[in-house]
This record gives sequence, C-alpha cells and structure tokens, in this order.
Amino acid sequence: MSVLVGRGTRVVVQGITGREGAFHAEQMVEYGTQVVAGVTPGRGGSTVASVPVFDSVQQAVNETRANTSIIFVPPAFAADAICEGAAADLDLVICITEGIPTLDVVRAVRFADERGVRLIGPNCPGAMTPGVAKVGIMPANIFREGDVGVVSRSGTLTYEVVNLLTAAGLGVSTCVGIGGDPIIGTTFTDVLELFREDDATRAVILIGEIGGSDEEMAAELIGRGYPKPVVAFISGRSAPPGKRMGHAGAIISGNTGTPQGKVEAFGKAGVYVGDTLDDVVQHVGVLLPGRV
Amino acid sequence: MKLYEFQAKQVFASKGIPVPRGEVAATAQEARAAAERLGRCVVKAQVHIGGRGKAGGIKVANTPTEARDYAQAMLGKPLRGLTVKQVLVEEALDIDREYYLAATIDRTSKRVVLMASAMGGMDVEEVAANHPDAIIKHPIDPAYGPMDFEIRAVMTRAGFDAKASRAIGTIAKQVYHVMLDSDASLVEINPLVVTGAGTVVAADAKFEVDDNALFRQQALAAFREDSEEDPIEAEAHRRGATYVHLDGDIGIIGNGAGLVMTTLDLVTRAGGRPANFLDIGGGAQADSVREAIEIVLMDPNVKGILFNIFGGITRGDEVAKGILAGTESIKIKVPIVVRMAGTNAEEGRELLEGTNLVPAAGPIEAAEKIIELAKR
Repeated sequence: MSVLVGRGTRVVVQGITGREGAFHAEQMVEYGTQVVAGVTPGRGGSTVASVPVFDSVQQAVNETRANTSIIFVPPAFAADAICEGAAADLDLVICITEGIPTLDVVRAVRFADERGVRLIGPNCPGAMTPGVAKVGIMPANIFREGDVGVVSRSGTLTYEVVNLLTAAGLGVSTCVGIGGDPIIGTTFTDVLELFREDDATRAVILIGEIGGSDEEMAAELIGRGYPKPVVAFISGRSAPPGKRMGHAGAIISGNTGTPQGKVEAFGKAGVYVGDTLDDVVQHVGVLLPGRV
Repeated sequence: MKLYEFQAKQVFASKGIPVPRGEVAATAQEARAAAERLGRCVVKAQVHIGGRGKAGGIKVANTPTEARDYAQAMLGKPLRGLTVKQVLVEEALDIDREYYLAATIDRTSKRVVLMASAMGGMDVEEVAANHPDAIIKHPIDPAYGPMDFEIRAVMTRAGFDAKASRAIGTIAKQVYHVMLDSDASLVEINPLVVTGAGTVVAADAKFEVDDNALFRQQALAAFREDSEEDPIEAEAHRRGATYVHLDGDIGIIGNGAGLVMTTLDLVTRAGGRPANFLDIGGGAQADSVREAIEIVLMDPNVKGILFNIFGGITRGDEVAKGILAGTESIKIKVPIVVRMAGTNAEEGRELLEGTNLVPAAGPIEAAEKIIELAKR
C-alpha cells in the first residue's frame, strides 16, 4: 500500500509542452509512472514523450481517465491551472510551480477544498512511492523501497535525507514534498494523518523549517497520540528574523515561525529533533520497530 | 516589498481610506514650507522599521520652525541603521481614541484575516504577547469577501466605540479590497484614530506587497527603491539571484532553499559565521554558478566560500564547470570548499580534481573545512 500516489495513479501533466514539463514528463514515464496525458491550451493533438496532448484537463480526463495532475505552468497562470484540475474532478493536483502570487493560491486552495480535491504544493517537488510511481521532480535513482514515510517543506533536503536513508540500508514508503510557500494545500498534519493509516509506513521523518506554525500543529497532533515513531528536523535554525530565506514561506515574523518554538513543540510531544540529517536518519533506524 | 508610510497613504487615499493631510519633504526647508500650510503638525521619518516613535523618528511640531528643526535632525541621519531620506509632514490630529485595524494572509486558515483591536497605537507584537485576546482575528472567505455582518461582529468583539463603527466598518472593507487590488500581504493601520470631532483617520500605515505579484503591480513596483536595500542584495536581485546578506565571513552557495538554510546552520554550529544565503535554484547552468561566486565576493568580508550541492535537476558537472569558469575569470584569493552529491556528482568531482578547490565528502566535513581554511 502507499499514500497519495500508487498503482492506480494516472497522471495528466499540465504544461507538458514547456521545457520543465516535457523533461519531467519523460522522467516520470521512464520511472514507470502511468503518464496518460498532457495539457497545453492550443496544443491539443500533438504528443510529448509519446504522451498525447489535450487542450483542456477535462478533455484529457474524458479521453484518458486521468485522476492526478502535476502542474508545470508559469506562475502567472498556475493558480488557474490548479482550479482547472480541481474542476475536472481529479483526485489529486500537485503543483510544482514556484512564485505564484499568494492571493491567487488563497483562491485556488478555496476552490479545490470546495470540490474535495486534494492539492499538494505549490512550490514543491511532488510525491513519490518508490518502485511504484513518481509524480514529481525528485531524482529517482537515490530512492529505495522501504517503510519510512518522508514529508518535507524542502526539495533538496528531501533528496539529502533520502540519500542518507538509502546509504543506511533503509528505504521510503512514500515521500511527499508539501512545498515552501506560505499558503499550501496539504500540510504536515494532513500527511501525518495519511501515514497513520498506511500499512507500508512504519516510521515518519518530518523536515520542517522556519516560518508559520505548521510544525507546531504537527507536534500537537503527535502529542495527542500517534501510532508510529516520528523524527523531525528544522532547517533555518541560525536564520535572522525578518529575512526571507529563499522559500517565500521561510521567514520568522515577530514571535511566530521561530526555530526555538518549533523545536520546543516537538520536544513537548516527545518527538526527537535531529541536529543534522545524519542524526535524523540514525534515530529513525533505531526507532523502527523490529530493527536493531 | 515594503512601502513607505507616505506611499501606503497614497494608495489608501486613492481607494477612499481617509488619511491626514500631509506632504513629503526631502529637505528641512520643504518641511518648513509644508508646516506653514498644515499648521500644528507631526514630522515622521520615512524608514522601513517599526517603533519609529521610540527611536526619535516621530516629533510633534507646534511651529514651522520646529518642523524645520526636527526635519533637519532626522534627514540624512540613520534611524536604527537605516538612513532617513524623506520625512512626512502631517497635520496633527486631535486624538480621542486609537484603534488597530489590519488585514494579512493567515497561513493556518489559508485566508486573508481581518484583525482588529481597541488597543491601538502600541506595538502590536507586544499586545499579541501580553493581551492575545485583545486582538480579534477573522478569516474572510475569498469566494464572498467580507460581509457586513461579519465586520459588525468583529468590531463589537474588538470593543470599538459604537458611534465610530459605521465609519470603521467602511474602512475595514476598503482595507480588504486594497489588499486584493494591490496583491498586498499586509495592510496595517496602527493607529486608526477616532478624532475629537468623531471622524476616523488612518494615522499610520504599514503596507507589504507580495514580491511574486510585482509583475502585475507595475505602479507599486515603481515604488521599489533599491538604494535602501542592502546594495549587494539589490545587485543580486537585479541579476535574478536569491541572495540574503548576513554579517559573517563564510560565503555559502547551494541549490535549494532548504539545503542552503541547513548549510548556514551547519556552519554556525561548527563555530563559523555565514556571510550570506545564496540559492542557485534547480537546474542551474554553469553561467549562473559563476555569477553566484561574483555576487558572494562583492562582500569584502568573505574569507572563504562553501559550495553545498545536492544534484537533482541540478547536475554536478554543470556546477563544477561554473565554479571553474568563476575561478578562471575572477582572481579569487579566498579558499573554496566543494561538497557535491547526487546527479553527476562523480563527473563534477573529476572536473575539479587537480585544482586548488578543496573537496569535502559530506556537508558537516565541508563546514568544518571552510571554517578552518578561512582562519588562515
């Protein structure tokens, strides 16, 4: 079993004719993901990486029974692309695009919520169940199948921790990048709830960073009782307040979003917070049930 | 992007939010002339910091001469590290009450929240810390916008004076629409003044515009004043780099915001002090890597550079080529430590062999090495 993406995932790539869209469509196909359609308005009828291109998501769904979309549309049009995906009744919309105006995302999240369509991102690397399906931009070769669920606000840190897991002989059940923007569709608590019910996941690594209070809410959820060990990491512990550290959402504003607050919240919930990613992976190895 | 108070008030005025009569002055003489037209007035330094009053950046002038002297004392001088280039001279208000009214984007409800408090005129962070119940927050459904009954409820809960409520309610709605029209991430009026005559005026204004939306906010983008930003940050942004200037001496370059932040943390943990944050982003080509080195070296304090690359879409060999191009085109006198993993890392390391670049197997080792080398 797995969460979010699995054997039944049929992907439509929104923005497939762009440079990034075309490149990653091919990479996903190569990995064995069922990429059934692409969409670029006005480019219907063509193909990219042998994938048929349609003018609209609805057309793509009608013709190919796509149920999951991944978005590589430029920032000015990406929120509309999210809404188009949600309106076509997909199960899941994953938005890779970085730099979408925040108020556009507020509207798109509202639109998707109303239709019961799950949104991951924006500004995220996507989701992947190793050995089964990759709906994202992560380098597949570093992943190994296993029983650690990974959820993260950062792309490259995800790759870093997955690489360390693989080196330690551990593997990943499902890896979810939730994105580095201030407003995102799926949060840490949402993914923790999914991992809770997932038989394939026996431990969870949560990679947070400064800004917002998603980590604190995750800690609260775990504190109320969570059936699997969780190990956390917080990046930006040396960041000065008021400075946006690359990610639009990575900023300490006043008393919120501080690394101290997040580390304390996890501490209260009994969640180990690693000082380094090596430390995190080592701890997960120790905590995994049935391992020495 | 932050607007100055006078810029924010121009936006307010254009949208019908009442503001005091006022003029911007860049010289003491201009301030004096403005005061002659305005009468008893307030001279306010225009800088992007809070707590200007405490820092001496807000003064009440009873005469034009006083206004001139206050302006003279502020202009060209630093206020909490930022140079004052303009002052706003504004009519002094007859203040009966001071309230707080704001709209911002709330990450938890994923909506714009309207915020109101009867404890206006104070540092809002302090109010939030000491009297959290005194700040009323209400998320607005983007599908409908603020409805009258919601605004009435917010004002009642905040404890606003009933007589002023109609006027404040109108302003609250305008604040929400200004936020949407301007792609603002924060619109804050503190204080919102109820005068002795019962009128309501936005006496101060904080305004932040979403950087991601500047492409469609041309008028506001024109307000951007690079000169007040850090000059290296300004140059980096002109070149499209994601760079944050810090106060240490170890230059940090990496791919991905999370990885770069973590690299700063590792250097700090190992006893070093990062000079900057620089993210070359996903899929960086050799050219942007070379440019990254140039930007980092604009800071004369930099005594060493640490590259931390985890190749995903970014390829190690491409980064290595960029580093080599950089070291060939610029005379680099500081040591460079390179840690490379992921896509084409092997090829990248091979390219760097035989040069004076120092390889490191992991990020922790890399942090320790660069700190050691920078000391020499």
